[in-house]
Amino acid sequence: MSDEYDNNKSYQAQSSEVMDGSTGSVNPDIDYVRPSEVGEQELYHPHSFIEKWVFCQDAKVIGVQYFLTAVFTGVVGLILSWLMRLQLGFPELAGFMTAEHYYQFVTMHGMIMVVYFLTALFLGGFGNYLIPLMVGARDMVFPYVNMLSFWMFFVAVAVLMASFFVPGGPTGAGWTLYPPQTILEGTPGAGMGILLMLISLSLFVIGFTMGGLNYMITILQARTRGMTLMRMPLTVWGIFTATVLAMLAFPALLVSAIMMTLDKVLQTSFFMPTILKAGEVLEYGGGSPILFQHLFWFFGHPEVYIVALPAFGIVSDLISVHARKNIFGYRMMVWAIVGIGALSFFVWAHHMYVSGMNPWFGFFFATTTLIIAVPTAMKVYNWILTLWRGNIRINVVMLWCLGFIVTFVNGGITGIFLGNVSVDVPLSDTYFVIAHFHMVMGIAPLMVIMGAVYHWFPLVAGKMLDEGLGKWHFWITFLGAYSIYFPMHYLGFIGVPRRYFEMYDSPYMTSAVGMNEFISIAAFIVGAAQFILIFNIIKTLKTGKKAEQNPWKANSLEWYTSTVPPEHGNFGDRLPVVHRWPYDFSVPGAKEDYIPQTTAPSEVIHTEVEKT
Amino acid sequence: MHAGIIFLLVIIGSILFHIFTPWYWTDIASNWKGMDDTITLTFWVGGGVFVAVCLFMIYCVFRYQHKEGRRAEYKPEDKKLEKILTWATTLGVAALLAPGLIIWNQYVNVPKNAIEVDVMAWQWGWQYRLPGKDGKLGTTQVRNIADNNPFGINPDDPFGKDDIMVESDVINLENNRPVKILLRSVDVLHNWYVPQFRAKMDAVPGTVTFYWFEPNKVGEYEVLCAEYCGVGHYAMRGGVEVQDKADYEAWLGEQETFEQLSARYEKLNVDGNKLAKK
Repeated sequence: MSDEYDNNKSYQAQSSEVMDGSTGSVNPDIDYVRPSEVGEQELYHPHSFIEKWVFCQDAKVIGVQYFLTAVFTGVVGLILSWLMRLQLGFPELAGFMTAEHYYQFVTMHGMIMVVYFLTALFLGGFGNYLIPLMVGARDMVFPYVNMLSFWMFFVAVAVLMASFFVPGGPTGAGWTLYPPQTILEGTPGAGMGILLMLISLSLFVIGFTMGGLNYMITILQARTRGMTLMRMPLTVWGIFTATVLAMLAFPALLVSAIMMTLDKVLQTSFFMPTILKAGEVLEYGGGSPILFQHLFWFFGHPEVYIVALPAFGIVSDLISVHARKNIFGYRMMVWAIVGIGALSFFVWAHHMYVSGMNPWFGFFFATTTLIIAVPTAMKVYNWILTLWRGNIRINVVMLWCLGFIVTFVNGGITGIFLGNVSVDVPLSDTYFVIAHFHMVMGIAPLMVIMGAVYHWFPLVAGKMLDEGLGKWHFWITFLGAYSIYFPMHYLGFIGVPRRYFEMYDSPYMTSAVGMNEFISIAAFIVGAAQFILIFNIIKTLKTGKKAEQNPWKANSLEWYTSTVPPEHGNFGDRLPVVHRWPYDFSVPGAKEDYIPQTTAPSEVIHTEVEKT
Repeated sequence: MHAGIIFLLVIIGSILFHIFTPWYWTDIASNWKGMDDTITLTFWVGGGVFVAVCLFMIYCVFRYQHKEGRRAEYKPEDKKLEKILTWATTLGVAALLAPGLIIWNQYVNVPKNAIEVDVMAWQWGWQYRLPGKDGKLGTTQVRNIADNNPFGINPDDPFGKDDIMVESDVINLENNRPVKILLRSVDVLHNWYVPQFRAKMDAVPGTVTFYWFEPNKVGEYEVLCAEYCGVGHYAMRGGVEVQDKADYEAWLGEQETFEQLSARYEKLNVDGNKLAKK
């Protein structure tokens, strides 16, 4: 958007686009868009089944491959959470489960959900599918590397899953993998399990780097004519910023994984001090366990926003389309995404207030952490202000968005408790933390994923998902998830510590038995409800209603492809030319309540559209 | 319409749950009431924002539900409104941060009259050491640890001789007297945590960490390990008994010093050797 933006000038009054200085009330040059500086990308079209569906270079297929693989890991993570909740709610029914098993399930659940499910789904899945379509490119700029990225991820998942079957089982070190216990006897899977985990994470980072380069460079270099940065859908902004974060944060995870592997295999002492184990002094000395925590959270906190920022972006677009109203404060939204991304590198040690690091760090990290609340709050205000005076379709997509707002604000507020250093002291390492991060980076992004699935399914598959089933899916998931995590905060207030296989009979904890049973039942139901979506997808693919092009009447380019679903190359013979931002909904004077990004100003000359 | 009603019920339900919850924090037994107060303050401010945002959202869902032919407002930005919201949020956040930092400042500055309690953690248990008459703890080293020297006190350190060795996983504390908990671990991370005292800190092998509190309620409390430390984590319990001065001093008098403990082991050894010779 230009600086004249505030002046409420309509297109007729604008002269900045007039290139030849000619005059006239309706100047044909208002449609002028700079010519592209580079030629069209040459695409490698598949020649065989394997090239088309397996080692495919089409970002859309790669996106679906990422999506399905991530969903598979998500289902594994879900089953693990069921097993954990069985132990916590009904230990008498979980006689088969030892403490070793429990900690292995906890660890694998956490790592799978954060890295292999959410990160891969948002960036690998939505990123691949949507970036080229939304910026008006034929494909990612490096399709071959993009294909390698998925297969590297696939191998990483395979290695991770293999750790379930090695002697000793998968690692049970907690998803944070804090040394020294991670690689010592006394932690389940301290042999093969942890090695496979570290190898798998390293492969993931390598694979992600290949994909991430693609996302960044495609967005920076391959946008179509007229698609300025400030005309990009917020989805693209969210995924772009998250990718930049990931490129800067994942190396910290990679080096800590490598150093820990060396500590494990070669008995180096990066993270290992002198340790007495079963009466023997081990061959370690001088290393720092806290160093690992700094490295881990230097990755781990941006990781939260790697998941959150794409969700922020996507939900902004969904709300805007289905409220038939422009996103409120687009520029503020963009700067908030970028600002949150930048700040997220200065807050990592708020995970470590009681880690034994120098306590004076607390002042700095509490301040930076609470500063991040300001741009985040602005985003929330802008979402609800987008609803205000809108024309809101209360459909399944919008329900997921509303569910996102409720759970995200809830989880954001509890973040202010935990970020505020001295308030964190009583609450850290309790169920309050579990409730907080599941609400804010588990349930809230999941709501967005679900909304996005219902929103873009017609584009991907050409058919409309069933609304009735969708509503059941939403309400069971939302109400169920809320009743899992809202009461769970209060377990934290009591002081119930996390990662406890059982509580025995501590007096203040026995009062929580009833709540644990309730939470477990809710978790079983919510988990089962996800199969409604799978059923819905299968049913729709078989017998569903065919989707018309652009069923939601959206403006962004992905709905204006030559075919639905889009074919390789996306846009047929000619790439679209962009004339406006994607949020021109309900523009006064326009015939329809939406103006596609490709509509030239001269076609909507009598509307009071603001220049973007 | 029904969607808005269900969301409204969720918000009302959340408020009612908070008011009537039978699950809330344990009665505080230390000086850290300020932490509880900041939590309460954050609940009021944060909870207020949560309810306000959700109610506004629900209002919009009712008021601006889709009608064919109606147009949404077209207003991309409202600089003034955005500015007001930014500053109001900044102010609210600062108001929450300030008490948090003030209390943290108290938390990291240990009062001079605090008695030191050395807590040693291992997989999976606790033991304790108190300074002797000289008021100072002897220096330690993991490599010195043995049956006759459970803390690994340096034998040459004169301050170590009179250190009081508590051979139990329960430590007694004097009521209304600040304690500085010194945490050390011989193997992995642990965390010595009593929910009623509110305070906690990780024990990190290779270094000594600390925190302080002042117990102010006589009674027995359970110690939990609050940092995952391997498969026995959940079973790593201990205890604290807070006593009045007289009771505490009586208990203290019964404890063995490091010197006495060494002597006892030496005697055991001598006796053992005699037995072996016979």
